[in-house]
Amino acid sequence: MLAHFIEEEEVPTTQISLIRLHTEKTKPPRALWVSFELGRPLGIPNDPAFQKRVLLAALKLLEARSGPVLEDYPEDAPASHDMPTTLACPVNFTQEQVNLSETEQLCAAFRGEFVSLQPWYDMAVKKQERTTVGISGIALDDIIDFLCSFLEGRVPENPRADVALPYTLSMVIDDLKSYYYEAITAQPGQESVSSQVLTNWFWSETIAGQVLFSIREVSKKSEDVLMQIVGSALIVPTSVRHNQSRIGDTV
Amino acid sequence: MVRLDHMIDAERKYHEELKCPTFDTEPWVAGPSLSERRVAIISTAGLHTRDNRPFTLDPGDYYRVIPGNIQANDLVMSHVSVNFDRSGFQQDWNVAFPIDRLREFAQQGIIGSVADYHYSFMGAHDPMSMEQEARTVASLLKKDNVNAALLLPV
Repeated sequence: MLAHFIEEEEVPTTQISLIRLHTEKTKPPRALWVSFELGRPLGIPNDPAFQKRVLLAALKLLEARSGPVLEDYPEDAPASHDMPTTLACPVNFTQEQVNLSETEQLCAAFRGEFVSLQPWYDMAVKKQERTTVGISGIALDDIIDFLCSFLEGRVPENPRADVALPYTLSMVIDDLKSYYYEAITAQPGQESVSSQVLTNWFWSETIAGQVLFSIREVSKKSEDVLMQIVGSALIVPTSVRHNQSRIGDTV
Repeated sequence: MVRLDHMIDAERKYHEELKCPTFDTEPWVAGPSLSERRVAIISTAGLHTRDNRPFTLDPGDYYRVIPGNIQANDLVMSHVSVNFDRSGFQQDWNVAFPIDRLREFAQQGIIGSVADYHYSFMGAHDPMSMEQEARTVASLLKKDNVNAALLLPV
């Protein structure tokens, strides 16, 4: 749709399409449909040759004589490791401590898991010379306290003055997930693990995933409408909510 | 893998029933050969520089400007949706923002040049609400002598 407006303003456009049905309906001037998963318009990370072929095919549409043009890209993305791999955190942090509440135990376990991933996160940043953590502006050390305060029934002070608290929560959760994903993919043998394996690992096997399921429930019950929206739609992916009832049952 | 028949029912239903606007006109602007094109990326991934304010669903909070000389560690993603993969972008920014590939194409003479400025919208907004901003971005592209806008979804 953006392409329609931009082309109307006399700037030629070309685009990649991920959902062919939507492109068939909106009919942008030039579009290359690709079979890649949502979030990956160029197909696959760290494969410049593949990315170049996709990009060139999209740019070549600019030389079409007339349109609208909707072309199908012939290659699927090269398969990443879809077989189940061992992406478990090495230690079971859920040890019962009699003098702590259930929430306190969960948060203590969460903190232990988070800290155990720190060397791998540091390794990831060193290897990639880059991190996608940091959109919330909260220090890594403060993430656990911020998230656990929701579970303890406290509304934490919003560390950002420029956005409402529910947005800050959503951003902190993004930072948390990026931290976990970057850390685990820095471990040996996990460089080309598929997004599906990563998603299953995070939501099925980590305490962080359990904590986020709990925060979702708390947020949905909030009196703040924006917090309800965040809880309902912007914490747990739709596919996870439908596929992984096992986790939902345990929270 | 984004074939609708590969999605779970709830996601497929969402995409099948999503209202897409249709238009009475089919704009088409011709241009020179690819080797004479100046290319800008227009992403809808909610990308921005690290020091920019993250995206929200607030009305009017529609796009950010990304300088053409940006380095990988300065670009982050704050799209509000949780229903697309981010691990590809985490491992290699070119998966969603192929600036290195465009720079290589420019060096090889496959395209003319890479724009001085790129733009990112955040695709969770109703696209029709972003019409005015899309037209504004087009006017900015023209000032940057861009004659090829490459639109990339997530």
